[in-house]
Amino acid sequence: MKTFCSVWLLLSLVELSPAPPASQEPPLACTGAPDPAPPQPETAEDMASTGDLEPTHYPARRAAQVALHYLNTHHGSPFRVFGLQQVHKASAEDVGAGGRKYKLDFSVTDWGSGSAGPALRCSADVLFPRTERHSAPEVQLHCEALHQINSTAQEDDAFYQKYISPDSAVSARDIPDSFGNMSEEMQPFWRLARVAASFIMLRESSENTEFNMAKVASVTQQESREEQLMLEFVVLLHDFPSQEIVQWKLLASWSPDRGVRVLQTEWQPRCPHATKPPN
Amino acid sequence: MKRILFLTALFVAGFAKKTFERDQVLRITAKNEAQIFLLKELSEQEHLGLDFWREPVHESLPVDVYVPFHSLQAVRVFLRYNQIQYNVMIMDVQDLLDDEEREMVKYRTIPRSTDDFVYTAYHDLNSIYSFMDMLVAENSNLVSKIVIGQSYENRPLNVLKFSTGANRPGIWFDTGIHSREWVTQASGIWFAKKIVTDYGRDPVLTDILNNYDIFLEIVTNPDGFAYTHSRDRMWRKTRKPNSGSSCVGVDPNRNWDAGFGGGGSSSNPCTETYRGPSAHSEPEVKAIVDFVKSHGKLKAFVSIHSYSQMLLYPYGYTSTPAKDKAELHELAKKAIASLQSLYNTRYTYGSIITTIYQASGGTIDWTYNQGIKYSYTFELRDTGRYGFLLPANQIVPTAEETWLALMAIMEHTRNNPY
Repeated sequence: MKTFCSVWLLLSLVELSPAPPASQEPPLACTGAPDPAPPQPETAEDMASTGDLEPTHYPARRAAQVALHYLNTHHGSPFRVFGLQQVHKASAEDVGAGGRKYKLDFSVTDWGSGSAGPALRCSADVLFPRTERHSAPEVQLHCEALHQINSTAQEDDAFYQKYISPDSAVSARDIPDSFGNMSEEMQPFWRLARVAASFIMLRESSENTEFNMAKVASVTQQESREEQLMLEFVVLLHDFPSQEIVQWKLLASWSPDRGVRVLQTEWQPRCPHATKPPN
Repeated sequence: MKRILFLTALFVAGFAKKTFERDQVLRITAKNEAQIFLLKELSEQEHLGLDFWREPVHESLPVDVYVPFHSLQAVRVFLRYNQIQYNVMIMDVQDLLDDEEREMVKYRTIPRSTDDFVYTAYHDLNSIYSFMDMLVAENSNLVSKIVIGQSYENRPLNVLKFSTGANRPGIWFDTGIHSREWVTQASGIWFAKKIVTDYGRDPVLTDILNNYDIFLEIVTNPDGFAYTHSRDRMWRKTRKPNSGSSCVGVDPNRNWDAGFGGGGSSSNPCTETYRGPSAHSEPEVKAIVDFVKSHGKLKAFVSIHSYSQMLLYPYGYTSTPAKDKAELHELAKKAIASLQSLYNTRYTYGSIITTIYQASGGTIDWTYNQGIKYSYTFELRDTGRYGFLLPANQIVPTAEETWLALMAIMEHTRNNPY
């Protein structure tokens, strides 16, 4: 099972592209007594299975989620985010040099096109390397008819034009709010955050994690650079097996031509479990 | 002369009474000054109770007038006689007010009855506790409230008991054991209302209740729930401090004495799956343990969580299959089919350890080992898009579809006594 300790290990990674490297150590920000050392991984019963997998059960599902994160990093936009609809078939095999490769056949839907978007059929190979230090899974993905789905070029352009202007300074918190409300205007920002978060979720994933974006804590527009919308997000990710909520700050750029790029990521410690929140 | 006669007729036309049913609003179009003059005279007939929303001023401007029902016929006769054109702008003012009232009720802090209660919104702890009291008051021959214990912060642990007779075997549902899973408490409220509505109307539920008691704990972790409202929407655990640590809270679904301490739970108080210092250390858990043991005749136990859209049966702490796995699997399949039939919501089902993850010290592993064969855990909507922050407009659809699955489980329990 995914433990807090693994999360701590994962969280000391460098950013994705040219930018000042992050500190290798999780910053100490909780007041009060220092937190106990990160727990050692619990000895879990070995649930690993190879061969055909039950498509609805977690080993296949986790691998499919990884493929989804990959899909979103490549094809997500303010008007397109894919969600997993169903895994049809899955199998896994151990690969030389200690890794496990999953072969998946699954369907996805576009959350951007309302709840009744058509399903896209995809197949993917997801390789989880088994290394001392965590390294990102490798994905090869093919989706049928990806280029046939309705283009969002018009909405993308309108959105871009609206917010690229120099006096645009979008700033918002809690998307959605505690009650699941999200304004119409914030939806493209939520999707962008989800796509940007997919870069992190993809990078952090292992066979022992299953990430979703729980919410966008904040979005703050930065000054546009090189004709890219620049957005600073703070997102909360939810990892299923450990049930932990993990907070990340990230800087992402987007334009209709270049898509989403993540320039900086920074893990942010939360002290929800402490009696005294940090100042 | 005739005009005066008609005005007199109008004079006689009844007295005002303060309800708005069948009252209307008419839009009048006068075509000349003479008609404007008539309308002005009409407006002076106080006994008619007319209220001019737009006064008669000029023939180019519409005249809107609110007409109470008792004056309606007279006014229409007057207008027709004088060939003054009009049409009905608002057919029934009360309907309009009812709609508006329903909208406003959403923002009213204290509903007057469980019919007034807004099931399509998320509520805080006080509202939910008031709801329970109202439900009991309205259905005192069917529902009672039992306090099975106190939370760490001394909040009552309330359980609604639906019973039509003494010494019956029982069925248990709990929602909100993990406080951030808001759609579950919200669904629990809906289930409570559903039971009282359907008893005596739905033959299957009526038969079940004539043979079994239903126990429903809607806010199983009230301290955590209060905290999700006041401080941290993502709080999951209880709120009991842990000695030797600055971290608060124990995962109530890792605190049960079933594989306690095993893989799939944590020994670190600063984690979400911290199992606690010992099994049943949390008063919220101990209260249910004591209740189950002293009742002694519970036959089904369903603990409701979110999210992921799953129906799970034991075990979570071991991969050894449950003795009744085949039956539990079949029943889960049936329950899921019922659930899906309503809105086509797809659920996965299986044992906890194979389907979702290994988890030790879980509720239904303990209840199953106590001999409660039909022990299930739900994970309600959705599958990650909104996760814990499920929009309120999905509360009722979620509750409705889940209820079908619960009915399937209850019906099977009823038909397979043990």
